[in-house]
Amino acid sequence: MPSVPRLTLSGISKSFPGVRALHDVSLSLYPGQVTALIGENGAGKSTLVKIMTGIYQPDSGSISIDDQPVTLPSAHAAFGHGITAIHQETVLFDDLTVAENIILGHAPRTRFGTIDWRTMRKNAKEVLGTMGASHIDADARLKDLGIANKHLVAVARAMSIDAQIVIMDEPTAALSMKEIEELFLLIEFLKSEGKAILFISHKFDEIYRIADRYTVFRDGEMVGEGLIKDAGQSQIVRMMVGRAVDHIFPQRKAEIGAPVLSVSGLSHPTEFDDIGFELHRGEILGFYGLVGAGRSEVMQAISGITRTSSGTITLDGKPIAPKSAADSIEAGIVYVPEERGKQGVVIGLPIFQNVSLPSLRRTSKSGMLRLAEEFALARSYTERLDLRASSLSQDVGTLSGGNQQKIVIAKWLATAPRVIILDEPTKGIDIGSKAAVHGFMAELVAQGLSVIMVSSELPEILGMSDRVVVMREGRIASVYDNKGLDAETLVRTAAGIAE
Amino acid sequence: MKAFLRYREVWLLAAIVVLIGLISTRFPGFSDPANLRQVFNDTSILMILALGQMVVILTRSIDLSMASNLCFTGMVVAMLNAAHPAIPIPLLIVAALLVGLALGAINGLLVWRLNIPSIVVTLGTLTIYRGATFVISGGAWVNADQMSPAFIGLQRAALLGIPVLSWIAVLVIALFFLLMTRTALGRSIYAIGVNPTASVYAGIDVGRTKFIVFCLSGMIGGLCGYLWISRYVIASVEVANGYELNIIAACVIGGISIAGGIGSVGGAVLGALFLGIISNALPVINISPFWQMAISGSAIILAVVLNARGERRQGRIILRKAEAA
Repeated sequence: MPSVPRLTLSGISKSFPGVRALHDVSLSLYPGQVTALIGENGAGKSTLVKIMTGIYQPDSGSISIDDQPVTLPSAHAAFGHGITAIHQETVLFDDLTVAENIILGHAPRTRFGTIDWRTMRKNAKEVLGTMGASHIDADARLKDLGIANKHLVAVARAMSIDAQIVIMDEPTAALSMKEIEELFLLIEFLKSEGKAILFISHKFDEIYRIADRYTVFRDGEMVGEGLIKDAGQSQIVRMMVGRAVDHIFPQRKAEIGAPVLSVSGLSHPTEFDDIGFELHRGEILGFYGLVGAGRSEVMQAISGITRTSSGTITLDGKPIAPKSAADSIEAGIVYVPEERGKQGVVIGLPIFQNVSLPSLRRTSKSGMLRLAEEFALARSYTERLDLRASSLSQDVGTLSGGNQQKIVIAKWLATAPRVIILDEPTKGIDIGSKAAVHGFMAELVAQGLSVIMVSSELPEILGMSDRVVVMREGRIASVYDNKGLDAETLVRTAAGIAE
Repeated sequence: MKAFLRYREVWLLAAIVVLIGLISTRFPGFSDPANLRQVFNDTSILMILALGQMVVILTRSIDLSMASNLCFTGMVVAMLNAAHPAIPIPLLIVAALLVGLALGAINGLLVWRLNIPSIVVTLGTLTIYRGATFVISGGAWVNADQMSPAFIGLQRAALLGIPVLSWIAVLVIALFFLLMTRTALGRSIYAIGVNPTASVYAGIDVGRTKFIVFCLSGMIGGLCGYLWISRYVIASVEVANGYELNIIAACVIGGISIAGGIGSVGGAVLGALFLGIISNALPVINISPFWQMAISGSAIILAVVLNARGERRQGRIILRKAEAA
């Protein structure tokens, strides 16, 4: 095997306001080899891809290609250096033809300066032919192709610009078994062409099937690398999860009461199947799983945002069938969504209006708002969450991520719920705000509320939950009591790896 | 945010004052209080229409059918008045509001229940409502001599030295101010415009709220149908043809973001006044109507550029604060 790397990243660091995304990481990609990049969510994989494709600029560190130092100030520059990325949702043009997608940006010209369509189609067919993908019609519209064929087109595009470095970011997420097999054949082909490939996946069977090397990230740092044949699965899992405890979770005396919420046989045509669990008074129930395991989808169904095809939800012994978020808020179930910016805060509205938004029925009388009550509501909840803001009339857009998250939680707490569902409550916020959110969760259950916490962060799951539900591919894989539970068991169950 | 909005409106107000000052150098009588009252009265209908359009635009929608609704409803009340002069005018106004409401509800239902983009729905109803005006009138006009004196006279009557039309505008402005700042509906309208997804999660029914804003803009269109016909004392298929663009222009100049969520009652009123002053003043200082159109157009583009710059500056402030935090 060649031992001279094609692309080397060394000492790369990158911070965002309040978050250290990458700290002094290194990565090498070798020609003709597949390197798997492994890590939990938030480990810094996406940030690294964005640096490699010129979208983000690193704060420090160096990048070299074939031992020549380079800078990647823009996506165009990365492209010029032969770096190309194939994403989960491939970034191609649905309404253009296959040939146009492959050749776009470097189309051959006639002597009049117009596009030479004939040569373009011929070149596109040649590229498809060399990949063994001549079954794809170069004149077909891209939108008429399946996902797997779209991947082929993306790869053909990489081939046509003679890309030497191909990044595949969870390329199999939306593929069927057969399509995955085809993708792997393609990766073998790229290897044989001497391309250096970075393969990002959560699925261990795929990694062991296709990768030559691995690099493991944890919390923005590189914690291990080597040849895949020298490493066992459990060794890699340990690298992913083993960590120093970076903050202390609140101690709480669990006084778990009677069941409050019970769900049984909850199913959705495409997202999840036969979900059943019970949530007790004063309990924090953790939901763990890989991205796309269907956790958020289940929670959205329970909180009335999406519909289910069958199943029952019972709150305090009474069956409920929420048809909208307003229904479930009325019943006493609130869902604090994962995407703070898109689904949570309303940037452009002041703090107090954000907090009162789901409670407008309570803070208004026959349609007229009572501003004094709105302010009182906002003040009491933001104070409990230790919000740092100069005034409640301040636009939430001017606050840090951690403080925005406090507002999102305050806003749903203000509806006085029985059950609160927190989806990734501490994703992308700083350590101090995390501790505040955790402390507040402990306070909530002490007051007799019940909490469902969807989280992909193992320390949080292990540190906060009374019980942990692990989901895999839309089903409940297992339910654990959080006594002597270890991270490796959870990761194995979530990924479907046998002991 | 609020301070920022005030800032923008203050600037618009300043621009209007400068405009009046400039016009006064050519036509000294222009800044007389009596003349300014006249300008306000002339602009009243546009201000009322702009407020109806504003609530729609705030929810990331648009109502292109307002002027056609005005034309149709105006024809209905004019024909009613011509056929039955005994019907009291307040009852006719209620009828205008209800007819307008019905037309607005059609728009709203199509947007809500069939999920069709509002620009498509109202582009369709724009022609349908005007076509319907032809159908009910058979293409005939209703002239001043067919209208009752009360029908024509109501808005011209003076109350405390100010015409009733101006008082109606003041009343509508006050009601919209209450609606947007003091009611749950107003708050929901802003929230939907700024972040529709988060609004759904917060339990706001986005579709139903859009339906309500189209009902509102419809009622406003209907009310202005009566006001317009009784002001210009002729009802025909051509009434307010193309006027929807003036309404939208007033909103845009008033700082109401076409992307939704940003805008205020004060902005819409000032935007309408700005256009009203231009169309009132330019003829008296002998500038051709084509220049008027060019000036209105430039004002729209200038307003959009200034608003975009204002929002960008706001963005930089956010970033700096977030970094410091």
